[in-house]
Amino acid sequence: MSKTIAATALSAVLAWGIAGTAAHAETTINALFMSQAAYSEQNVRDMTADFMKANPDIKVNLEFVPYEGLRDKTLLSQGAGTGYDVVLFDVIWPAEYAENKVLVDVTDRITPDMKSAIMPGAWTTVDYKDHAYGMPWILDTKYLFYNTEMLKKAGIAAPPKTWDELLSQAKTIKDKGIVEFPIVWSWAQAEAVICDYTMLLASYGGEFLSGDGKPAFQSGGGVQALDYMVKSMEAGLTNPNSKEYLEEDVRRVFSSGQAAFALNWTYMYNLANDPKESKIAGNVGVVPGPGIPGKLEASAVNGSMGLGITAASKHPDEAWKYIVAMTSLDTQSKYAQLSLPIWSGWYDNPKVDKSQEPLIAAAKVGLAAMYPRPTTPKYQELSTALQQAIQSALLKSAAPDAALKDAAAASGL
Amino acid sequence: MIENRWMSSRAWFLPLPLLFIMASIIGWPFIRTIWTSFTDARLLAATGEWIGLTNYLNALGNPLVQSALLVTTKFVVYSVSIEFIAGVLAGLLLDQEFRGRTFLRALMILPWALPTVVNATMWRLIYQPDFGALNAMLTQLGMIDSYRSWLGDPQSALWAVCLADAWKNFPLVALICLAALQSVPSELKAAATIDGAGFWKKFRAVYLPFLAGPLTVAVVLRAIEAFKVFDIIWVMTRGGPANSTKSLSIVVYQEAFSFQRAGSGASIALIVALISAVFTAIYVTAMRRQAEVR
Repeated sequence: MSKTIAATALSAVLAWGIAGTAAHAETTINALFMSQAAYSEQNVRDMTADFMKANPDIKVNLEFVPYEGLRDKTLLSQGAGTGYDVVLFDVIWPAEYAENKVLVDVTDRITPDMKSAIMPGAWTTVDYKDHAYGMPWILDTKYLFYNTEMLKKAGIAAPPKTWDELLSQAKTIKDKGIVEFPIVWSWAQAEAVICDYTMLLASYGGEFLSGDGKPAFQSGGGVQALDYMVKSMEAGLTNPNSKEYLEEDVRRVFSSGQAAFALNWTYMYNLANDPKESKIAGNVGVVPGPGIPGKLEASAVNGSMGLGITAASKHPDEAWKYIVAMTSLDTQSKYAQLSLPIWSGWYDNPKVDKSQEPLIAAAKVGLAAMYPRPTTPKYQELSTALQQAIQSALLKSAAPDAALKDAAAASGL
Repeated sequence: MIENRWMSSRAWFLPLPLLFIMASIIGWPFIRTIWTSFTDARLLAATGEWIGLTNYLNALGNPLVQSALLVTTKFVVYSVSIEFIAGVLAGLLLDQEFRGRTFLRALMILPWALPTVVNATMWRLIYQPDFGALNAMLTQLGMIDSYRSWLGDPQSALWAVCLADAWKNFPLVALICLAALQSVPSELKAAATIDGAGFWKKFRAVYLPFLAGPLTVAVVLRAIEAFKVFDIIWVMTRGGPANSTKSLSIVVYQEAFSFQRAGSGASIALIVALISAVFTAIYVTAMRRQAEVR
């Protein structure tokens, strides 16, 4: 695996070396991206080429790694004291990166205009303790996808707005024999299960951590969220295989017409509507994640990513210039088909295909409701402990509240 | 005499560059790891404080490490046993004279040549609970009533991973077995057949003496490899469901890299290395015994 990454990285660097020889570059900066982010690798190359055309004195070397390698590569190159000027990072890492001085504080570089024109929810991607450690770039959250044909067949007029409605509609669909397991989720022992759990926890008014940074998910909304997951499985409304599924598995099950509802990221919308990838193209509906009456109208988890300057960078000014260009409204509007912009003004007059309109409508609500996963430098430990607790409860080897209490004890917080 | 002494001192001199390189890329990191394991070093901090045996005591008392040790041991026993049985049977089969034997011998190397990640992804698809090939086959054969979640059930997940691992690695055992069988003199085989020995008798009296040594080597080699297992489990289950396939190497990775506790990670890694060293000692003894037999 690491060999493949190294080889890909090397070929990427070499390709750029050859392509870049003609430019009369003065400063070279290295940027680390992820392959298969919302934008494609080619998109990032095109955006970067545009930037270099506008700034002939800056040359940008690009490197792409899979998501799994992004954090390790950033941390280890930092430890080695060499490496990247600009890195892409996931919403769950800023706390750890800030505490370990991997990223520099860019609060002072952000102008008041930028601050006000970018959606408040987007800023939670890069903030830690009231300081910004980069610019939000890829906005993403999970939505509730549904099979419009199955709902029609079951005589359901509108998709669910609350979690209880989701279960009752799923029951109707199951009882009518339309599909055996109406809901599919990504509940494998991985970060994916935490994202689904976060939406439920937020809906039930739960909290991951209390004000003093101690675990708080083992009581109240946190337990109710896990109860909901277990009950939906006991009732046969959730696909029992969800406990080994990641997002791509959810997409395959939903796209093959074996589920009426699925929780997944933005990317599934276009793929589930692509006849080459899906049997249900044209029958895909999307709405914001359900809520709970009186508590939360719609739920969403922040799954965004940002771009930051590393502490090891010798060219922070050039790096910032590049980040500003990559996250600008111009660049983001141009590629809006693949990833929705961070700029709130764009949503008033979105210029995308008509087919994207349901997604934009869901995004307007969803992106504003994005709930963050806990911002703590010990996030990885917390998440690992929670993943195991959720799975123990789903497998019935522990009761939800007991499992969560164990996770709280093992979280290292 | 003089020439000999010169030869022996030169013999020591010649591999010096190699020894130097090995010392710097294997020896130094190894010593550093041992040192780190006695400190509370973090991944990104320069150095840690000396804390003596604390990491080791914590590791041995950690229920997660204990369960990972059990999982890893089961993984070694299950997958090496399957590889051993399948490997010997395949070796015996390929030693027979039949049409297409060469083709089959070449074909058998294929799984072994596959990268582990490719193999793991492929088996993940085979085990896929909603439209995987295994479920389809077993239901059509009437062996199960409904589709099952092989990797989502703690009872079957480890077995499923072991089977995938064994499929990739049994060709190694089969090849070693085949090579050993080729060294059995054909007159011995013929004599046994003429004397009317059945399969089992022939296997025990004629083949086994030639197989015992090489097979010990193969099994110990596979056990050393299997004990370090990381990639196939990581791709197939990430240690789930509920840690039922979390091996020691995954715990090491999480400690050292995910949680940034380099010191604690190093101590668990060294415990793994120590256990592997025991297998290695068995391997070396087996090799020596085989050399003596020859």
